[in-house]
Amino acid sequence: MTASRTNGRFESALRSGKFVVTAEVTPPDSADPNDVLKAAQVFGRYADALNVTDGSGANCHISSVAACTILSNAGYEVILQMSCRDRNRIAMQAELLGASALGLHNVLCLTGDDVTVGDHPQAKRVFDLDSIQLLQTAQIMRGDGVFLSGRKLSVKPKFFLGGADNPFVEPFNFRPLRLAKKIEAGAEFFQTQYCFDIERLKSHMRKVCELGLHEKCFILIGVGPLRSERTAEFLLTRVPGVHIPDVLVERMRKAPAHEKLKEGKKICLEIIQQVRETKGVSGIHMMAYKQEDVGLEVMEEAGLLSRTIAGKQLNE
Amino acid sequence: MGIFRGLRDYPYWLELTYMFTYKVFGSLHPLIRWLGYSRVNRWIRLPEKIVKQAIFDSKMCGQCTLRFTGMTCPMSCPKNLRNGPCGGVRADKSCEVDPNMKCIWVEAYERSTRMRLYGDNIFDIQPPLNNRLSRKSAFINLLSLQGAEMPEVWKSQTGLTHDRE
Repeated sequence: MTASRTNGRFESALRSGKFVVTAEVTPPDSADPNDVLKAAQVFGRYADALNVTDGSGANCHISSVAACTILSNAGYEVILQMSCRDRNRIAMQAELLGASALGLHNVLCLTGDDVTVGDHPQAKRVFDLDSIQLLQTAQIMRGDGVFLSGRKLSVKPKFFLGGADNPFVEPFNFRPLRLAKKIEAGAEFFQTQYCFDIERLKSHMRKVCELGLHEKCFILIGVGPLRSERTAEFLLTRVPGVHIPDVLVERMRKAPAHEKLKEGKKICLEIIQQVRETKGVSGIHMMAYKQEDVGLEVMEEAGLLSRTIAGKQLNE
Repeated sequence: MGIFRGLRDYPYWLELTYMFTYKVFGSLHPLIRWLGYSRVNRWIRLPEKIVKQAIFDSKMCGQCTLRFTGMTCPMSCPKNLRNGPCGGVRADKSCEVDPNMKCIWVEAYERSTRMRLYGDNIFDIQPPLNNRLSRKSAFINLLSLQGAEMPEVWKSQTGLTHDRE
């Protein structure tokens, strides 16, 4: 593993070897900075870093860089998500440089959900770069101190780069090799899609460890509670790339109405428990959009709260 | 489109054809240079387009990466991904954007495992597309640019050689 890239709390937490918790924040549809702070309130104190999504699910929200800046100024450790869907390489490099100047060094480079799943399906999809090319571009800016054009930067940006990994969709055998490709392009941490299929994760991680990739990067596994079988249905149909085994959907369906929430939390806890026992895993990434309170309860019951309060430098 | 798309399932033969065509163009390089790249480009652009569209559903991006992408045209991917599948592939292996289409990267990976010459090329990082080259002959672009289609810094970073034999 390379030496520390930034002095960020997220990177340090990962390098310290502790079990890291990150959580997803969806920036609000509001021009009021307080709304951004409100969106981060639940997880802010407990996660080691907050992921700020960039038009997640191709839906329009306040920009990720703006929301990250607001949160970072309030003392939170943030991970800037950048998707290739909406900008060409000129805008991407400008944004990368700007992010580093604003002190946002943790960047998660994503391809991005397609415009068709979001609220503006009429939009033009850009995808001028793909996620690996974006990583490589950031790596070039960080390492060589130049734009892709070759033009020199007077000060190099600092980045701790991340990528997405989805072990739960085809082509399964290519996924670990794709991880290797992303590492070569500069990725040092990975966050995965929702994990509901622990067997699939285990076989993926076995392959990752066989290739020795777990020693070259940190892998955080995406988790999230199900509220009911309808949440499962929503994730399966509306969020690209989520796989939930029928057994789990059935468990949710069978649970009586007042017990569904409890059952969902139980499933999530079981998954977290198994994830923690999996070799090569550095932490979890909590995604609980519109049910942050449930996510927090799960983290509490998993015993992850007491150890991650360092997330926010409490300056109030 | 792609009326001869069945041919894509014989990646080894396509590889051989690719290598042969490239060798032919390579040996004709001095002649092509003498005739002028843009003139030859005008002559062969249309036949190249017809053949590649019939087999690969080519979008004539002008930078063929077929041997790096399991002899499958990555430009048919709605997201134009040139380095591998996105995370949105559906359970039945179909595309996130168009459920009626099989993910081209699922096909690409399957085919790459059956390729005998260039199968491992799928692990090389592909540079961003040079949009100025689209609609031109990829073979002529290859000969005339000699790797200059990708950013200079890109090469130094990965140590990737773009030599095609």
